[in-house]
Amino acid sequence: MNPAVPYIVTFLLAIVSSMLIDNVVLSRFYGICSFIGVGNKPKAAFSMGLAVTFVTIMAALVCWPIYTFVLQPLQIPFMDTLTYILVIASLVQIVGLFIKKYSPALYKAFGIYLPLITTNCAVLGVVQGNTDSGLSFGMSMANAIGTAIGFVIVIVIFSFIRIRLEEYKTPKAFRGIAIALITAALMSIAFLGFSGMVPSN
Amino acid sequence: MAEKVQSKHRESFVSGIIRQNPLFISMLGTCPALAVTTSIESAFGMGLLFTFVLLCSNVIISLLKKLIPEVVHTPCYIVVIAAFVTITKMFTEAFLPELYSTLGVFLSLLVVNCIVLGRAEAFANKNTVADSFLDAIGNGIGYTLAICIIAFFREALGTGGITIGKIFTFLPQFTLPLLKYPGTNIDMSMSVFTDSAGGFIVMGLALAVIMAIENKKNTKKKVDAKIKMQQEMAAKKAAAAKAAAAKSPAPAVATANAAIATPVAETKKEEK
Repeated sequence: MNPAVPYIVTFLLAIVSSMLIDNVVLSRFYGICSFIGVGNKPKAAFSMGLAVTFVTIMAALVCWPIYTFVLQPLQIPFMDTLTYILVIASLVQIVGLFIKKYSPALYKAFGIYLPLITTNCAVLGVVQGNTDSGLSFGMSMANAIGTAIGFVIVIVIFSFIRIRLEEYKTPKAFRGIAIALITAALMSIAFLGFSGMVPSN
Repeated sequence: MAEKVQSKHRESFVSGIIRQNPLFISMLGTCPALAVTTSIESAFGMGLLFTFVLLCSNVIISLLKKLIPEVVHTPCYIVVIAAFVTITKMFTEAFLPELYSTLGVFLSLLVVNCIVLGRAEAFANKNTVADSFLDAIGNGIGYTLAICIIAFFREALGTGGITIGKIFTFLPQFTLPLLKYPGTNIDMSMSVFTDSAGGFIVMGLALAVIMAIENKKNTKKKVDAKIKMQQEMAAKKAAAAKAAAAKSPAPAVATANAAIATPVAETKKEEK
């Protein structure tokens, strides 16, 4: 890393990188289930994305200190996955209760998607990836924010594309998920274009 | 009775392999299916570890099904699964370090794998230990088979051959050339298939093929049922006609014959 570059620039570049270049759905393959499951409802996709964003950032915020200040000093880093999943599950519960109390409108918007997030691989994948690759706290937060925004972007775009897809006469065998996956492949190729944005060093 | 029990066992074992294949039919566990299928070896390794985790968690959850309170069942299942994933991770890191580094974070992500949790919710907490055991093996085989098929096409098209011995280092290293022959000009490999886009393409095509087969089966079943029904109706008509034939035999037989002939022709047309 170049010391002349201010930290904020590195931080923002890391966000862009995990948002577009290493997109969570299209190149890291996290959260495909919800990506396909949300289907052709942009509103639902957006709420789902918001809920995931919220939980991912919170989980990264909590899990990194737990790993560094609790698991490592106690020399039980192998308990990481177990700890993370418990943290995520309880976070989802707490967030659900909190939002229900203070913002019923938002709670309604999240709807059934909130409990589903526990089993969304994007959240656990980001948190686990952060500590597995030994990122610093700042970088792991950048990774979490970038990933979450990338997830929202992709599932919202995808849900709009799927609305259009239904208007066309696709071959019978491709109807439904098959054509959606082919579309995702094309989107993934399009996102490859972003790889020229941040110079790799 | 014994026969019935046996057939139930067989049903729990067989249904996961093809008819209820977790990946292709139920669309579960898609994330690892796309992420680790760049080579057939990593896919096979993933399938093996997945089967192990599913087996252990299914058996334990089926044993504990009366102890786990209904209100907190999902967290309990997740903890059981996470424990086995941790054990699997440690074993893999110790004995197959290449596999461990190739699978990376996806090994941890087995915790939130929809199939493992889904089998716990849908099968293990309602059925006997023996059935859950067989169900886990059946689903494990089905999933391993499915991701190996995807991996075969991705590796063959993407690198031009199938390589063995890179991850399972105890095997002799060997490359089976399919589209690319070293030492010649022949190279028809397309690297897009080992990229992320290739995963989506192969998976989409695989689903389309399965859907086409399903559709064909369904139409055939429908047409068969239709023909059978029409023939029955025609037979009834013929019988009625025969009863009426006491008065004027010749025209009634002709109408009965026509009744048989027309619907069959119609269904044939529909089939086309």
